[in-house]
Parts: sequence; structure tokens; C-alpha cells
Amino acid sequence: MVIYLLRRLGLALLTCVFISVLTFIIIRLPPGDFVDAYIANLAASGSSVSVEQAQAMRQEYGFDRPVVVQYAFWIGRVLQGDFGVSMMWRRPVTEVIGDRLWLTMVVSVAALFLTWMIALPIGIYSAMRQYSFGDYLFTTLGFIGLAIPNFLLALILMYLGFRYLGLNVGGLFSAEYVQAPWSWARVWDLAKHLPLPAAVLAMAGTAQLIRIMRANLLDELRKPYVITARAKGLTERRAILKYPVRAALNPFASSLAYLFPYLVSGSIIVSLVLGLPTVGPLLLQALVAQDMFLAGTIVLLLGIMTVIGTLISDLLLMWIDPRIRLEGR
Amino acid sequence: MSVSTASDPPASDPRASDPKAAAAEARYAEATQLQLTWWRFRRHKLAVVSLFVIALFYGIAIFADFLAASDPHATDARRSFIPPQGIHLFDENGFNPHVYGLRGVRNPRTFQLSYSPDPARKLPVRLFTRGYTYNLLGLIETDIHLFGIEGGRPGEGIFLLGTDQLGRDLYSRMMVATRVSLSIGLAGVTLSLFLGVLLGGISGLYGGWVDLLIQRLIELLRSVPTIPLWMGLAAALPRTWSVIEVYFAITIIISLIGWTDLARVVRGRFLALREEDFVVAAELSGASQGRIIFRHMLPSFASHVIAATSLALPAMIISETSLSFLGLGLRPPAVSWGILLQDAQNIQVLAGAPWLLSAAVPVTLVILAFNFLGDGLRDAADPYG
Amino acid sequence: MQQTPMAERTALAIRDLAVQFESEQGVVRALDGVSFDLHAGRTLGIVGESGCGKSVTARSILRIVDRPGRITGGHMLLDPGTPQEVDLAALDPESKRMREVRGGRIGLIFQEPMTALSVHYTVGNQIIEAVRQHSDVSKEEARNRAIELLREVGIPRPETRISAYPFELSGGLRQRVGIAMALAGDPEIVIADEPTTALDVTTQAQILALLRRLQAEKNIALMLITHDMGVIAEMADEVAVMYLGRVVEFAPVQQVFAAPRHPYTRALLRAVPSILATPRQRLSTIGGAVPHPGSRPTGCAYHPRCSERIGAICMEQRPRPVPSGEAGASCFKDEAREQAA
Repeated sequence: MVIYLLRRLGLALLTCVFISVLTFIIIRLPPGDFVDAYIANLAASGSSVSVEQAQAMRQEYGFDRPVVVQYAFWIGRVLQGDFGVSMMWRRPVTEVIGDRLWLTMVVSVAALFLTWMIALPIGIYSAMRQYSFGDYLFTTLGFIGLAIPNFLLALILMYLGFRYLGLNVGGLFSAEYVQAPWSWARVWDLAKHLPLPAAVLAMAGTAQLIRIMRANLLDELRKPYVITARAKGLTERRAILKYPVRAALNPFASSLAYLFPYLVSGSIIVSLVLGLPTVGPLLLQALVAQDMFLAGTIVLLLGIMTVIGTLISDLLLMWIDPRIRLEGR
Repeated sequence: MSVSTASDPPASDPRASDPKAAAAEARYAEATQLQLTWWRFRRHKLAVVSLFVIALFYGIAIFADFLAASDPHATDARRSFIPPQGIHLFDENGFNPHVYGLRGVRNPRTFQLSYSPDPARKLPVRLFTRGYTYNLLGLIETDIHLFGIEGGRPGEGIFLLGTDQLGRDLYSRMMVATRVSLSIGLAGVTLSLFLGVLLGGISGLYGGWVDLLIQRLIELLRSVPTIPLWMGLAAALPRTWSVIEVYFAITIIISLIGWTDLARVVRGRFLALREEDFVVAAELSGASQGRIIFRHMLPSFASHVIAATSLALPAMIISETSLSFLGLGLRPPAVSWGILLQDAQNIQVLAGAPWLLSAAVPVTLVILAFNFLGDGLRDAADPYG
Repeated sequence: MQQTPMAERTALAIRDLAVQFESEQGVVRALDGVSFDLHAGRTLGIVGESGCGKSVTARSILRIVDRPGRITGGHMLLDPGTPQEVDLAALDPESKRMREVRGGRIGLIFQEPMTALSVHYTVGNQIIEAVRQHSDVSKEEARNRAIELLREVGIPRPETRISAYPFELSGGLRQRVGIAMALAGDPEIVIADEPTTALDVTTQAQILALLRRLQAEKNIALMLITHDMGVIAEMADEVAVMYLGRVVEFAPVQQVFAAPRHPYTRALLRAVPSILATPRQRLSTIGGAVPHPGSRPTGCAYHPRCSERIGAICMEQRPRPVPSGEAGASCFKDEAREQAA
């Protein structure tokens, strides 16, 4: 178990390094360096920077050194919590991002739980009542859920809400709470706005998980231990819920490892359509304006958050599978 | 409950002595892997229907310009946001398909001139009319289109799906967008397939540290949220690049998403097949590695790879659509489904012109069809299973 | 006609049991008029090649045949001839009564000790569940009972093994756990479906010895399903030979080995390796394979593979079934021989 744990932690760390390198590449990709862009940006707004000042900035960021050193410089600052300055907002990146990162996570995790809550019972139902009307219905709905990209669904819902209810279904807060400081009332307001974006986000994943659960459970139902359970005299319901469902939960839990990055990804684009105050819209603005420190930081933080989420789902898997838990006992 | 059947007269079974059944069995025994796959595939009705739908869409892609009714790039600010026009099949003279002409109306507040349908004027719809010039199949220069209107003033036309803000015909744009979106999906999946088969094959064939390295890489790529990363990469494409350059760059970016799944499938099959008796037998009888791979292993997992490919295609199409929708993918004047949907981003605009969402239909349909097709193929890929 | 000894109480009487699987491809008669009796304290060996309906018989008795299989005829009488007589074939498989029979009256031991136990729960959890299913005892008592059961089936250190997971045990120990689980409800009938097939030879002998000991101690009626004639010779009192969903021969064990009456039985016996064989003597096999029950040959179902066919009658008519409770063979050649005698 310890070995498994260490392996997982090692992999998570490696992934973080990998993400940081990719982020660095993204930051470095646009022609010219950040200082050039910053100066150009300042010049456009009327102020100017002397050559000495520019040189000082370059030295501060290490732009006059080889790329590897620059990466070391950058990662060193990041580890100290200094993500640089947003060119667009002329404020430290951390300030600009603010709550948005957490709201992104709140939306993604809500979608995750929703996915679970819907997919698990429907998957079990579909497997136990294979080829029934309900099974066909859910399978069809599942296919359609898979086929509609979530931003399209968001668009359609926005349109329907606007057209027929006359209200804006987007956002995470009511108007009076958008700028308000955190309070219980604001949290409650958030909770009320959460279901729609979470549902939009959860749809494709749910459809996929239903199929995974159904297929796995159908496999497990054929295993001899189910007959053992029945031969003991257990009721059909108990025999199935205790044994094959439990076994089918394993692939279910491990599917979370890739479901979570997928949800985080999806939240970016859904947020844009629904106007959610997550990092999504900010990332797009930053990318369009080539505000690379802001964009890079968002990519990096999202990546690391995802790695943590994946790690948690791995631990969950370990906890529910005694074969992994007891490895090396 | 009926009584025992033990004393019933002997029931003869038709299958036992039917020569046709025996012949079928022989045919089954001699069939190649791909034949078996195909026979099993035919049983999936939905998958077969999907195959036809996909063929139809690729047909549209090939003959996009021929099917388009008016120039998809021709703008005319006066005819912006014209709602979809129905074709009226009959008039007082009997069968005479026609659409209404346009009438200039001056907005009483802004004094701007804009068009709206004029039921008083009928424009006849005809087949094989002349329109803008294009290259059919990239070879023949022609200006014949499947249908269009006859006569009519400049700016008038047939707008089956309405027009956008700039007055471009949405139907014609959709035809051209189909070509772009489907071809970019196909190109992306081809590239993914190449990467997937190459890396998955190396991984499964050689094992050891190479396998370990590639597996870690795949795990890494799968645990990273892709959209922000690819958004970053796409945003970094120089603004000065031409439409074609951007097209290829986006293809490469989206294919970087899809290869991991394909590589896993290929690796898994390689690992499984390496242990199979017929491969071991070929090895023992001294067949070369190349012969084993291409003669023995490849045919038996080709169907798995085809299935995985058709399941990977929808992801490609969604990626392109998403990136273009965000304004980070293809750039105008290129037209793709994502670019068409970009116009629908603003809820106020959308509320006034809901037909801008019509590109959602082909997107959903194609993805659905590819999913059904992939599922049918995957089930069929295990002919003995 | 020879009468089998009826010294012991009949625990279960199967009469003309028929089970069908209906699918789009047609109807498959998995069991087609099977009859036999199980007696307390005695062992009935059921033998035959794979696919002849042995396991379906076991599952039918417990009413756990997988869909689309269903019982289409016959009776399965528990405690026949007593006031408590129940026809299992007439019960609702999901009824409380039937669930009490499963595990409580009839225990089932499996072929695959690895897959017959769930890897997600400890051995103790799975046995305690079976104990509590059939007796109203506290968790503590059930746990003690489970430890007792594990000790009875010869598992060393049962107090610690009870919290082990199945994958932590060897194949032999797992099969012992399987037996303990089958005995948890204190059944008087035990069905063992190929209990030793997946085990190595030494372990096989131990498990068989264990089964014999438990049977003697508890006066269990044992139904032993196997394709191994050696196991039959060692364990069975009576033998039912099955072919394509029918009992083709029924006889006391000595008689089956000394004077088999059905050609199929003879063929099965010839296929057993013998240490008396001369060097390099080829082991006899039965030509062909068991036909799919969906394409049952006409007449006597065994005729295409039979080396002792006596003519057209074998291909055209069905031989009469073995009368229940009596030794006999379902074969025209045997009928002819009997008439001659």
C-alpha cells in the first residue's frame, strides 16, 4: 500500500512539473518577451519606459539568461507565490484571479457529485433491467448527452431561459451578491445558482459513466460469486447491491481520474457561455490579449488543482479495493 | 406448467441436417477477421444507419460548393438577419416552387434601409442554376449549383436557414463549414492514429522501459485539463498566419488530444496478441518480426483500431468546434461549425435570430452518428467473442 | 431389474425436470426429463461431459437458473412423502420460502473457489452473512459460528483467517471456505458442482476426504457433479450419467464400473487413464463433441457418436427414459438385451 501511495504521489509530482514546463512554453511562445509586450502596452496607453528601466525589468525576470535558467527563475518565483504581474490589469496575477479559481473548483466538484449521483443509480437500473424500456430510454438519452457538446447545451438553455422565461439563467450570483463580500447569504445564493451550470457540465460525463457502470455491472452479474450470493438465500436486491455493484464501483471510481480533468476543461468553455465568474472568461481574455503571465498562471493552477483531484480519486479507489489496500501486507 | 417432454415424439431440428446451414458454417469458418467483423457489424441497425448518415455528411463535404445556393462569403449589410425562408411549392398556377423576394424597408427611427420578405413578389426556384464560380472536386471550374432562384435583383436569393448579421446565407455557409469541420476532424484523427499506432505499437511490442516511459507520458497527458492547455497553444499561433497555416496548426493541436486513447488500444491489443498461440507459432517457425506484425497481428486488431478511431473522431470535431467557438481556432474568412456558432454567443443577438444556432444540428448529428458507428464497430471487432 | 437400497430417507426427488432457454435463435432444451433421488447420508454422483446439463440441474434445484432459462416441466419434491413436502418447481424463485431453502435446506459448493467468493469482502463477512441469513443470532454469535465452521472444514487458525480476504488464501483454503459457507445454514442437502476440478491432485484428495467426513457427521445428502470418473469411484453411492439434458444411465456405483449398460458410460470409462494400461497404449477418446443442445440429433441423442448403434431405430426413435429410483439405461441395445434375457 505504501508503495502504491508513493508511486501515486511521485506521479502527481511529475505531472505538476510537466504542467509547469508546458505552462512555461505557453508563456514563452508569443514572439518577443513579456517586457517588450509590457512596454508596447504602456506605450499604447501613453506612458513610456526608459531603456534602463526595461533592462532592469529584463534582469528581474531573467529574460537575458538561457531558457533553462529562465524556467528556474520563473518556477522559483511561483513557488514563493509570486506569479508575476498581469499586463492587462496592471495588478499582481493572484489579485486578478482572486476567488475565481475557487469558484471554478466549486463548479467542477459540484458537477462531479452530480455525475455520480445520477450515473450510479441509472447504471445499476440499466444493467439489472437490460433491454427494458427504461434501459433503452436511458441509453438513448445517454447517447444524446454524449453528442451535444456542453457549450452548445449551455447556449440552448440560455436561449430557452431568455426567450421563454425572460431571465438570464447564467451567472453564479444574483445581482446584489456579485460584488458582495463572502457571507452565508452569499454562499446560499451561490448554492441556488449552482445546479444549472453543474448539470450542463455533468451531462456528457454522466452519459459516459452510465455506460461504464452498465457494462461493468453486466460483466459482474455473470460472475460465479453472484450465484454464491443467491445460493446463500439472499434476496435478489441484496445479492446484487452487496456484491456485483460493489465490484463494478472499481472502474467507476477509477474513471473519476480522467473525469475530473475533463470537467475542469469543460467548465472553462461553459463558463464563457453562461457568464460564470470562474477563471474561464479570464483565461480567454488573457489569451486574446496575450497577457501571458495571467494565462500561464491560470493554466498552471488549474493543472495542479486537477492533479490534486485525481490524487484524491486514486486514494478513493485504494480505499474501496482491498486488493490494492492490502498490497504487500 | 406443462408435463415432462420425455415422452414426446422425437423432434427433428432443422439445423442438424440443413445443407445450407452447413455451408454457412463453412463460410464462417473460412472468413477473414475483417469479413467476420463486417458480418457482425451489419447486425447493428443503428450503426449501419449511422454509417449512411456519415457518408451523407462526407458527400455534403465533397460537394459543398455545388450544394451551396449563394456565395457563403458574400456580405450585404442590408439583408442582415433575414429569417429562414420556406420554399412555397404551389401557387395559383399549380406547381411552381418559389420564394418571396425582398423589399427595402426604412427603419423609422434609424432611417437605415433593411430588407424583409415581400410576399407580393415571387422568385422561382430552379435546379442547376448558375451562381458563383468554384472548382468542383478541386478540378473543374464551374458555376452550376444544385438549386437557386431565377431572376431577382442583386442581394436577393434563397435563404433556407436565414442570414447572419452580415447578410451571409447561413445554409450555404453551413455546407462549406461541413467540409471544413469534417475534414479537420479526419485530418486530426489521421495524425492521432499515426501517433497512437506508432507509440502504442512501440510500447506494446518492446515493453520494458520504453513501454514504461510511453505509459507515463500517456498518464500525464490524460491527467491534465486539456482545454486550457490547447487554448494556450492555439492562442500562441501568430496572428499573421494564413487560413491554411492556421488550419494545419489547429489540426496538429487537436490531434495531440486524441492519440492517447488510440495508443492505449493498440498497446493493449499488442500485449494480448503477443501471447496468442498463432503469434507464438509464427515466432517459433522463424517468421520475421515485420511479417509477424503485418501478416499476423495487424489484421487481427485492425478492426479494434477502426472502432477506436471512429470513437475518437467526435472528440476531434468537438475540439475544433470548441476552439473556433472561442475564437481561438480557425479564423474568418474560414468557415466551420464552430465559427458559425460563434455568432450565436451573444444572447441578445441569439434571442432575435435563433436560427444562428442551426449549426448545432449537424454537430450533434455527426457526433451521434460517429458514436453509434464506433459502438457498433467495437462490438463487431470481437468476432469470436 | 435391480432395486437400489432404500435404507435412508429420501431428501429430494427430482421428477421429469425440464428446463428451456428461449432466445431469438430458438429454444434450447437444456434439461429434457431428468429424474433422480437424493437420500440422506448418501452421495449421488452426476457425471457427463461439459454441456450435458449437470450445472443447469444444480441451478434449477436452487431456482437460480439465469434468464432466459426457465423450468417448463417436472417436479422437485423436497421431503417427498412427508407432510412438509414442497415442490420447488412450483415456488416463486424470489419468494421467502425459496430463499429459506437456498442455503438453509440446500447448500451449494462451487467449482471455482477464486471467483465464487467476492474479493471485496472478508471471508468472515461472507460466511457470517450466510449464518445470519438462516438463523436469528447476534453478530457476535454468528461470528463464533463462522469461526467454528472454519475450524470444522479444517482451516488452521480460524480466528485470524476469518478477517482475511479470499485473495489472501490458497486455492485449497478457499475451497474449504466455500464449503464452510455452503454449510453455514446447516443444510441437509449439499450440491457440489465440480468441487475439485480447479484444484491440484493432493488438494483434491483432501477436499474429497473433508466432504466425506462432513457428510458422515451431518448425515448430508450429497449431490456430486463431476466429469471425473475417479472422483465418482471414490465418492458416489449411486451414479447418474447425463447426456444432452437427459439421464442416460442410473445405477449403484459398483455396477456402473463393473457392468456399465449404456454405450456412453462405457465410452466415458474407456477414456479414464489407467495404470494397468500397456506402455504407449493410446488413451481412448469419445469421437466427436457433445452437440449443441439447440441442434439435438433425432432419435437417441447419442447415436451420431455411438459405436454400438444397432440400426435405424437409434436414429428415428427415442429410447425410453431411465425409470426413477431403478437402475437402468436409456438405450435400445440395452432394451433388446433385457428382452432377450
